[in-house]
Amino acid sequence: MAEIKLTDLTKSYGPTEVLHHVEGEISDGEFIVIVGPSGCGKSTLLRMVAGLETVTSGEIAIAGRRVNELEPSARDIAMVFQNYALYPHMSVRENMAYGLKIRKLSKAEINRRVEEAADILEIRQYLDRKPRQLSGGQRQRVAMGRAIVRDPQVFLFDEPLSNLDAKLRVQMRLEIRKLQQRLGVTSIYVTHDQVEAMTLGDRLMVLNGGYVEQFGTPIELYDRPASVFVAGFIGSPAMNFLPASIEAEALILSTGVQLAAPQVSADLAQNSAVLLGVRPEHLVPDEIGPIVIDVDMVEQLGANTLLHGKLSGSQHEIVASVPGHVAAEPGSKHSFSAAPELLHLFDPKTEKRLET
Amino acid sequence: MLKRVHFPSSPLPYLLVAPQLAITLVFFIWPASQAMYQSFLIEDAFGLGSEFVWFENFQVLWGDQHYLDAFWRTGIFSLLVAALSMGVALILAGFAQRVVRGAMVYRTLLIWPYAVAPVLAGALWVFMFNPTLGIFPYFLDFVGIDWNHYLNGNQAMALVILAAAWKQVAYNFLFYLAAMQSIPNSVIEAAAIDGAGPGRRFFSIILPLISPTTFFLLVINMVYAFFETFGIIHAVTQGGPGTSTTILVYKVFNDGFVGLDLGGSAAQSVILMVLVIAMTVVQFRYVERKVEY
Repeated sequence: MAEIKLTDLTKSYGPTEVLHHVEGEISDGEFIVIVGPSGCGKSTLLRMVAGLETVTSGEIAIAGRRVNELEPSARDIAMVFQNYALYPHMSVRENMAYGLKIRKLSKAEINRRVEEAADILEIRQYLDRKPRQLSGGQRQRVAMGRAIVRDPQVFLFDEPLSNLDAKLRVQMRLEIRKLQQRLGVTSIYVTHDQVEAMTLGDRLMVLNGGYVEQFGTPIELYDRPASVFVAGFIGSPAMNFLPASIEAEALILSTGVQLAAPQVSADLAQNSAVLLGVRPEHLVPDEIGPIVIDVDMVEQLGANTLLHGKLSGSQHEIVASVPGHVAAEPGSKHSFSAAPELLHLFDPKTEKRLET
Repeated sequence: MLKRVHFPSSPLPYLLVAPQLAITLVFFIWPASQAMYQSFLIEDAFGLGSEFVWFENFQVLWGDQHYLDAFWRTGIFSLLVAALSMGVALILAGFAQRVVRGAMVYRTLLIWPYAVAPVLAGALWVFMFNPTLGIFPYFLDFVGIDWNHYLNGNQAMALVILAAAWKQVAYNFLFYLAAMQSIPNSVIEAAAIDGAGPGRRFFSIILPLISPTTFFLLVINMVYAFFETFGIIHAVTQGGPGTSTTILVYKVFNDGFVGLDLGGSAAQSVILMVLVIAMTVVQFRYVERKVEY
């Protein structure tokens, strides 16, 4: 049983605080993805859990035990690195057996575990090769093998797929997920790729500038983003943001267009400015729809068509994603409507979600 | 079909390489061939004439117990110098990598000895180990060691090895530090997570990964001990007591310039030349190709 608890976790380098009061509880067997843009502190957070970075303040507990002061080796974790970090002078077998030898397991037990892991990962025929004789995908498997033979309480993944090509990345992503479900080991996975995050994680922790923006399931993040940052980060193409104001239960865009407003709490003052968020895929073509786009570029993706343009009568960029093929010329106007329950309202100052 | 590109021939490239060629010819090829020629000659006792004797000088050397002893002595000397200086440098580099505060100062100080001229380095050690004035003999006396390298051949040997190794530590340190820094941090971290402590990481990960550097340094240090320790030996022991610190280069100097056996001395230097060529070949063949790990 290995649940992980992060309590008021802070990390500073000198006077610079890079992680601010991170809180989070991860239950046993859960797959958590920490996602955010580069420099948001996600790798630092992972390395703190691993014990490769010191904790400035706060507490990390694994399976109810405070591990702040423990060496990485004493935390019963395994980590997969971005560059795989295989030992170049050892064969695949030796790479995987290294941690077991240190723990003084018997030869037979080591062999059994290594071969079992090799079978799971389908790398048995490479056991006697050196890492440099393997392809990127195979090295990735060896790195995972080295983690699973140890049978640790926690797996940590530091952007393990970012060095692979797109196709292999999708394949390995599925395999990691299946493997984790099969082994049921609590896992923390760091990535900057929101698609990877959405597909892998039971829950996602979105980090931005060292702050946790939101911590929830992928669907929660998609349906009810807690901030402008999360709303823009999750989903592709990104959500459209338009300045608007609320007047008498109606939403008025800056161009004067009136939309049916979503349910707004009563204390939201009349006439107050809001930031309206609407996902491109929630704009539905509608001859008499209130949202008119002056299209200036069309992207045909096959399954759907992206219409890029400006909100008619303003300079606000807006994208609509329409299923199937749409014949649209740059320069033409297209009208859309959006269901009120699919609109998101944010406070333009704090960029937090206005509860609706 | 690839067509070979033809450039119009011009004297310019020859002009550009001419200075380098001239330097090589004047300072390397010519003295080397002179030494070769000299090694086939025997001078008469008064230096008035010489006789061409083919390989007699070499034959004499192979029968000369003093020369064979010097060969053996040089082997031991260079191995010990290499082992000592590389060992110390390796330890220092290992620590330098872990130093966080003041790393620059620490590293700069460690590189200093390399800038000290060999004769000065020798003089330094002579003072420190002077049997009557030196600080070390004073301390050694407490543990019951009677230090006098003017009388004791083994102690004299130990002293020149110490001085020669000290001088070379800085060089080895630089290479070891660079090699260690080229190991990806994540590999070390992976080993730490796998449960390896600092000592185990050093021996099972770092040491094997820097083995190409170790091999390179071994050759370089052997060459150094063979040829560049003349200044230190000349300053510390002058090859004595007796011949107990007379290594091959020192014997070349002694036989040639003190003993005035020019032919024999030239023959010795030709043998040394062959040795250094052999070492260079070894280095090129194996180091350039990188040691397999």
